[in-house]
Amino acid sequence: MEWLNAIVQGIMLGGLFALFATGLSLAFGVMRFVNLAHGDLAILGAFVAVSVTSALGLNPFVSLVIVVPVMLATGYALQLGAFNFTISADPLPSILVTFGLGIVIQNVLLETYSADSRGLDVGSIEIESIRITDAIAIGWIPLITLIVAVAVLGALQLMLSRTPLGRAFRAVSDDPPTARLMGINDRNLYAVAMGIAFATVAVAGVFLGIRQSFGPLDGPAQLLYAFEAVVIGGLGSVWGTLVGGLLLGVAHTVGGQFEVAYGYGSGPLVGHLVFLVVLATKPSGLLGRRAE
Amino acid sequence: MTGHRVTRSDRQSTAGLAVSAVLLVVLFLLPWWDSDGSLRVPLVAILYYLALAQMWNLLAGFAGLVSIGQQMFVGIGVYTLLSFAEDFGVDPYLSVLLAGLVAAILSLPVAAFAFRLRGGYFAIGTWVIAEVFRLIALESDFLGGANVRTLTRESLGGYSLDTRNTVTYLMALGLAAGATAIVVLVLRSRLGLALRSIRDNQEGARGLGVSVGRAKLAVWVISAFWTGMTGAVILLHNPSTRAESAFSVLRWTALVVFIAIIGGVGSTTGPIVGVAIYWFVREFLEDAEEWRFIILGLIAAAMAIMAPRGVYGLLQKRWPVQFFPVRRRLVGPGVGGPAPGGPAQPVADAGHPPV
Repeated sequence: MEWLNAIVQGIMLGGLFALFATGLSLAFGVMRFVNLAHGDLAILGAFVAVSVTSALGLNPFVSLVIVVPVMLATGYALQLGAFNFTISADPLPSILVTFGLGIVIQNVLLETYSADSRGLDVGSIEIESIRITDAIAIGWIPLITLIVAVAVLGALQLMLSRTPLGRAFRAVSDDPPTARLMGINDRNLYAVAMGIAFATVAVAGVFLGIRQSFGPLDGPAQLLYAFEAVVIGGLGSVWGTLVGGLLLGVAHTVGGQFEVAYGYGSGPLVGHLVFLVVLATKPSGLLGRRAE
Repeated sequence: MTGHRVTRSDRQSTAGLAVSAVLLVVLFLLPWWDSDGSLRVPLVAILYYLALAQMWNLLAGFAGLVSIGQQMFVGIGVYTLLSFAEDFGVDPYLSVLLAGLVAAILSLPVAAFAFRLRGGYFAIGTWVIAEVFRLIALESDFLGGANVRTLTRESLGGYSLDTRNTVTYLMALGLAAGATAIVVLVLRSRLGLALRSIRDNQEGARGLGVSVGRAKLAVWVISAFWTGMTGAVILLHNPSTRAESAFSVLRWTALVVFIAIIGGVGSTTGPIVGVAIYWFVREFLEDAEEWRFIILGLIAAAMAIMAPRGVYGLLQKRWPVQFFPVRRRLVGPGVGGPAPGGPAQPVADAGHPPV
């Protein structure tokens, strides 16, 4: 029963991973851009939420109304002002810029907020849950996180497949020079994509902060989980990202259960190993259209 | 440093050869006149950072393998030295070589996974695998789990403190000079030719019969071997460690990447310039590690956008006649021989192609 519970909780945790992976997947899909500061930006979003909630006395959920637009604008501006200059066939500059940015964010957060762990308090809902059986209960917060993840990914899928903006994204993704000839301002479009990516990662960061405590140096781990969810699910597949997140979530909780039961293993370790197995056996991912 | 052996004998490189030979001899003899170690001990860190930066540069600057997982090979080196010297009673200095070998052997299965990914995803993939090694070290009772492990006096054998300091310093010097020489030698070899053709056009190189996978794997294993030995010497220098610091991405990759970018990625001289700048920054920000990372990170990120060839590239642009003969000398060989009489024009040595 503990193992069944671990799987159920893993699916809930997977919602959070999928939420983290969304922005990474979008930026890569639209402009082949890999943002190594992705996890640190999520943590930055969570810290911004800490400041907003304490300054204005808001509920962390409500603080999203401020945090998300702030991060969206930051992403838009960063892409226009910096990242766009690194986009080329050579991935080195973009890796170096975002890696450097991530390290800077970590250390600025350390200087500003100290190394202490923080949390975002949303009140009594944090400990409320739905009882399924005696051994299995689903917390409201993880459930809401999963629902939000599905909603965000669904909205992204709809946007990509049904709207003019989505069509433009697909066009620059397939063939930037031709898209430019058709009158698409690809540089501005990249900035919009990065803005959306930052908005989703801000949501992910705030939900992470509500779910568990976090510190300035927790970003890289989130980057790795997001990356693993994207690769497991398959590059270029929105629903693949969800599947990847859920599988990774289950790997984490099952790994945690290993530790409880046998004293060895840990969630992250089992998660990484599952990722490596998928990479070795199905490099294009479970739902991927192509290998990259 | 030792790269001078391969220098072509035009007038500039001969002058450079002489200066670098003198510098190397001075550094080699340092333990005999720096009797209290006040210069030697801080120099060790600069030297092993130079070795790490050269090895990262070999991967990222010449083979297109942008690794964010170098800490795995440092950590493997650290724990191999600990195991052999502490647990099996092998001579600690022999264990340094074994540390390199273990890192090289383990780099093969790592490549089997990581080489399936490209570009930015390769970068994160190597980071994930480095995390796997860190987590395994944390889980392993034999390696000490989450505890601090120390290289004890007993396992360091009968060597006196002074001898140990001197040997550690000389090993660090050998690693730094050797790393520079390795990059120069690799670039002058057939492998270097293959790497440059891959860097410029991977598919074209493949079409001409270059074995892309094998060339990248060769560089990967060389870098792992040298980085592993460097990890072992880092432990000799600083004999207490734990998994978090042995596998630290901040210390063994981020700082190394910053040094290489600021100095100049894709040139053999760039990391030397970078490590000199790092020394400077460290002197001024001795107590503020966070600020050191913020400042170096900002400079590196700005450099990656505005001056992708680093400070060395900027210097070269301004003074095409080489500024420091020590550094220039290392440029020439990377090109596979400068034009007769002319300054070493950095066709292959000038950093990443603007493509």
